[in-house]
Amino acid sequence: MSRFLILLLIICAFVAKAQERAKIVKLPELQEMIAAKSDQIKVINFWATWCAPCVKEMPLFEKIGMERQDVKITFVSMDLDLDPDPTKVYKFVTRKKIQSQVVILDEKNPNLYIDLIDKSWSGALPATIVVNTKTGQRKFVEKELHEGELEKLIAEVQ
Amino acid sequence: MIRSMLVVAVCMFVLVAASPVRVGYEVGDTVADFKLKNTNGKMVALSDYKDAKGVLVIFDCNTCPYSKAYNDRIIALSKKYGAKFPLVLVQSNDPSISPGDSYEEMVDHAASHGYDFPYLFDETQNVAKAFGATNTPHAFVLKKEGTAFKVIYIGAIDDNARDASAVTKRYVEDAVDAALNNKAATTTKTKAIGCTIKWKNA
Repeated sequence: MSRFLILLLIICAFVAKAQERAKIVKLPELQEMIAAKSDQIKVINFWATWCAPCVKEMPLFEKIGMERQDVKITFVSMDLDLDPDPTKVYKFVTRKKIQSQVVILDEKNPNLYIDLIDKSWSGALPATIVVNTKTGQRKFVEKELHEGELEKLIAEVQ
Repeated sequence: MIRSMLVVAVCMFVLVAASPVRVGYEVGDTVADFKLKNTNGKMVALSDYKDAKGVLVIFDCNTCPYSKAYNDRIIALSKKYGAKFPLVLVQSNDPSISPGDSYEEMVDHAASHGYDFPYLFDETQNVAKAFGATNTPHAFVLKKEGTAFKVIYIGAIDDNARDASAVTKRYVEDAVDAALNNKAATTTKTKAIGCTIKWKNA
């Protein structure tokens, strides 16, 4: 019995940790995360657990996030647009041991919010914003990034 | 004189080079004819639809979860409008990147889902590029004016991918109904989250 309880506690701790890592946010909070002045270059990647090219490019972002102090990576999950249950995202973050910040966007009416995030975004995933909040320089790409491409985008706003 | 002409030439070059590249059709544009292979092996061209009031072109695929979520709604659109405003699905994903979207898989998908409308393979991706399609499903409502097909709506099918019963705005139906009644569509362009079209590696 006590063993079962311990196991239950461990599972709960895991889920709680993943939830803590992947906070559910509304659009204003996300906009603030993108716009707030920072010494770091911000990389905001829009993805979903079902999106194969997103999952494929994630390790490139994770690597840069861990190697570079001057870059801050944020993964914004768009999973809730299709599935109201965030459990899949929590499980993914835990299973893949994602180190970067993960948030889950909870918004209705993509026709309005997509333009408010970036006017040139069609809504297709993956999409990435690279922003230098000190100079206002900003890059937006709507495609899977390959080895070296993220570094190039970061260099372009530095 | 030569010098001023040179200055003008340079200016023009700079202007042309600096103007943003326009990718794909905008609302109001006339669509160029295209011809693609259907899952029954026959070729289908936009110009085949001589007697229709317009054509509903949707870029779609087998594999995208959004395409799956919209599959029943897409079939319902074809049932609703039939030959008056036929539905044409175009699949543009590169099968070497998305193997579930190969021509053979398309044939299976069309059969197992009972498609009685064209499901065309855009192998070169030229049609998706001409339209400026970016994701799946991505709808283009084309209204026939004389022999020309004009774009009157670009975007999402409706405003709720997750739940068909919670839809409040039926963008595509509204645009098709407007075309059938010879009126302008109230909403001409929308955006939605979706799967990117899997482009061939350049």
